[in-house]
Amino acid sequence: MPQSLAGSSLIQSPGGDRTNDFVVKFANVNGSGSASANLLFARSIIRMGVPVVARNIFPSNIQGLPTWYEVRVTEQGWRGARGGVDLMVAMNPQTWDKDVNGVDPGGYLFYDSTKPMPASKFRPDITVLGVPLTAICNRAYTDSRQRQLFKNIIYVGALSALLDIDPAVIEALIAEQFKGKDKLIRPNIDALHMGRDYALQEFPCPLPLKVRAADAVGDAIFVDGNAAAALGAVYGGATVCAWYPITPSSSLAEAFQRHCRRFRGEGEQNKYAIVQAEDELASIGMVIGAGWNGARAFTSTSGPGISLMQEFLGLAYFAEIPAVIFDVQRGGPSTGMPTRTQQSDLLACAYASHGDTKHVLLLPEDPNEAFEMGSLAFDLADRLQTPVFVMLDLDIGMNEWLCRPFAWDDNRRMDRGKVMTREMLEAGIDFGRYLDVDGDGIPYRTYPGTHPTRGSYFTRGTTRDRYARYSEEGPVYIDNMERLLAKFETAKTLVPAPVERAAAEPTGLGIVYFGSTAAAMDEALVTMAERGIHADTLRLRAFPFSDAVADFVRRHDTVFLVEQNRDGQMRTLLVSECDLDPARLVSIRHYDGTPITARFIVGAIAAALPDLNVVPLRKAVP
Amino acid sequence: MTFITKPKFHHPKLPTNRLGYTRRDYEGAVSTLCAGCGHDSISAAIIQACFELDLAPHRIAKLSGIGCSSKTPTYFLGASHGFNSVHGRMPSVLTGANLANRDLIYLGVSGDGDSASIGLGQFAHSIRRGVDMLYIVENNGVYGLTKGQFSATADKGSLSKRGAANHDEPIDLASMALLLGASFVARSFSGDKEQLVPLIQAAIRHKGAAFIDCISPCVAFNNHPGSTKSFDFVREHNEAVNRLDVMVDHAPIAAQYGPGELVEVTQHDGTVLRLRKLDADYDPRDRGAAISYLQQQAAKGEVVTGLLYVDPESADLHDALSTVATPLNSLDDAALVPGAKALDKVNASLR
Ligand SMILES: Cc1ncc(C[n+]2csc(CCOP(=O)(O)OP(=O)(O)O)c2C)c(N)n1
Ligand code: SF4
Repeated sequence: MPQSLAGSSLIQSPGGDRTNDFVVKFANVNGSGSASANLLFARSIIRMGVPVVARNIFPSNIQGLPTWYEVRVTEQGWRGARGGVDLMVAMNPQTWDKDVNGVDPGGYLFYDSTKPMPASKFRPDITVLGVPLTAICNRAYTDSRQRQLFKNIIYVGALSALLDIDPAVIEALIAEQFKGKDKLIRPNIDALHMGRDYALQEFPCPLPLKVRAADAVGDAIFVDGNAAAALGAVYGGATVCAWYPITPSSSLAEAFQRHCRRFRGEGEQNKYAIVQAEDELASIGMVIGAGWNGARAFTSTSGPGISLMQEFLGLAYFAEIPAVIFDVQRGGPSTGMPTRTQQSDLLACAYASHGDTKHVLLLPEDPNEAFEMGSLAFDLADRLQTPVFVMLDLDIGMNEWLCRPFAWDDNRRMDRGKVMTREMLEAGIDFGRYLDVDGDGIPYRTYPGTHPTRGSYFTRGTTRDRYARYSEEGPVYIDNMERLLAKFETAKTLVPAPVERAAAEPTGLGIVYFGSTAAAMDEALVTMAERGIHADTLRLRAFPFSDAVADFVRRHDTVFLVEQNRDGQMRTLLVSECDLDPARLVSIRHYDGTPITARFIVGAIAAALPDLNVVPLRKAVP
Repeated sequence: MTFITKPKFHHPKLPTNRLGYTRRDYEGAVSTLCAGCGHDSISAAIIQACFELDLAPHRIAKLSGIGCSSKTPTYFLGASHGFNSVHGRMPSVLTGANLANRDLIYLGVSGDGDSASIGLGQFAHSIRRGVDMLYIVENNGVYGLTKGQFSATADKGSLSKRGAANHDEPIDLASMALLLGASFVARSFSGDKEQLVPLIQAAIRHKGAAFIDCISPCVAFNNHPGSTKSFDFVREHNEAVNRLDVMVDHAPIAAQYGPGELVEVTQHDGTVLRLRKLDADYDPRDRGAAISYLQQQAAKGEVVTGLLYVDPESADLHDALSTVATPLNSLDDAALVPGAKALDKVNASLR
């Protein structure tokens, strides 16, 4: 690269060798096309056999606003965000100061030095890597969009040299990405090398932060939870999707459309129906109508949508209609933090609607489980004839996670639950829509149109007797409500069981957690154990809670319950549903909207231990 | 209030239709509505229409919202599956049901409160989506079930039973349905069975969103002199634009009427709608003209009834979505689940 290109600079600072263990954060402007370049960066490291944790951080989906993308390179295969930044790729002047301040001491700052920044804009304890990206682009390209897009590839190229990422891997990824649009491959590879060459020439490459090929990825896949859940819906046999756009759940319905186009076409004809409804009331209404009529149907939404669906959810509970709701939780209440993650819809979903209601919740920990629970939800909804919520959150839904590959057993068949067929009716079997024939609280239903003279019934939200005849008699009402409770007991035996893990040493300490917290928890446990804090853990995977959950709590002196909301909603649910002594459950709450980290969990638990006067005491923790 | 089943006694000499059903087979439970309520006349018209159309009752799904009108599905088609949903939200439930099984006939019954107030959005969107259904609003200008509040279809200046004047502009659901692209729009009157029965028949045979706004006086709260939805008012101000015969499975015989007197419209399913025009200029295939005609007559205080608009080339939501002919609710694992091999390919593409 000719020296005339202004502004290259390298200000040295100390820093140890961090091979396969560091965090790179990209600060970009939304709409600049950086997302695919950043993804390319992350995927190239995965291709080298080194696991990454990738997180999008975006305040809002509007052009021009700042976005961040964080890539944690972790040969140990940690699944959670780490916190802190070792190399900041500062491409957004708007967030410059914040980004510079976010770098850990001894870290690096990478920026576009076409207009060099004065030394006062940096920090003495970090190393600055200035690459005149704009100048390089302006030389090579005349078209403004090209300049914009290739600038991103150029910085990926520069980073590949700085971090020792194999360019052949990136080239292969580019070739795959533009397969079919082959004309774009060469220019992208050229841009990559422009950045690479510049860095190789100007800086002592690689930095102490570097990637070394390893074999730590195995057969893991890199996928976001919304796409995974939507694929689960395809495998679960969903044919009707009614949805209304809302961050962070929109990409779930869009992914369902994509998967269906791929798997469910029949010539020009579709074996699915997707309707973008006018609002969430209509979307859940359509799901209920379709479920009533025997199709597997779902909607995807987020907190505000859940709020709107309340009346209908009560109807589906009471009239006993299968429905699947994917709730990709974001920061609440109200509009809250639309692009931040939380687990704060638990109570709103568990008890959705007025009157005495209880709903089944599934709590996936990552995209793999989002797929599994995404398909299971339809079996459960049909078997239990009730709404089933798959409780994702933004962190799982919108971020790509490295996780176990999807698996499917071809012997598995859709479980349509108790449906009385024409033949059964013909055989004279007594049909009472709300009759508890098997003692499990689950009645038989018929699909509309089954038989000319038998099996029809009236579905309504008003109370009725076992034969679906309208009646507001007290005993009839109570009979029905008690049966619904019996059905909820049955649900305990059908939903995924919690996952228990014993600590390496006997301990009176327990930790309960669920959902996206699992990623950070694995790492937190190791860190705590290194510091002498041992805890048994239980990962919740569903509501209603199986008896094992209450057992676990009762077996331990103190149980930490880690969740991502302000009010300890899961704690409330556990205390009230399992009749537990609240004093035994200590809340650890993380709810600033960022993904929970191991650092946070360890810090919070260590801080709580001395107050609780349980061994080990704080002195075990630095 | 409990549910009263009608005794199932069949007189051996009751006439049967082509499927062997008697009219009684299309009835439901005994109505618990006020004696004389217009809604009961509409139920009777539905019963007659379905009997005469030779429809198998169990192949009809009847859905409603909440209100006196929405209770009526209990009182007809007792062998059909029914669904009383929540207030104003029948259209979405019907839409979902229709998506699940395109082979049934969908009958949506609603009130003017249900459809023009709380449910206006769902009404509008189900119409514009072209859901294949007959959507009937039993329009009495009041909330019957909650005892006499004005609904959004009450005319400005009309009086409630207690003498209060309505100060809001009315929503004309028939005009709205036209604007929203309904491919069949009619208005009728519960007291005019001769007009209503063929309209219901034509609407059922129609493919796509068929809407009937049926004026249905509420004898308890809106059948007094100050009301513009009372029985007497509608009788006096009714202007029927045409008379309709529905010919099912018949070749059209057009010759015997002079030009200008008869319009024949052949629908997708082969039914022929014969419209004898009472108003010489009225062409029910002209959406724009229908809208302006309704407006002009409304300005004169006339309630226009009849088949206001029909599009014989209509399409429905399934056409728009290109769904397979097999009802979605009967597709099995083989049709729906891509299987382990396909999943391996997905996995491979994510590495
Ligand atoms: C969410 C909700 N709000 C209010 C009601 C109370 N409500 C029941 S029926 C009704 C009005 C029904 O009026 P209309 O649809 O005109 O039917 P009509 O009884 O006149 O036939 C109302 C407001 C309700 N059931 N649900
Ligand atoms: S209150 Fe009015 S609408 Fe309701 S049943 Fe009585 S007459 Fe009919």
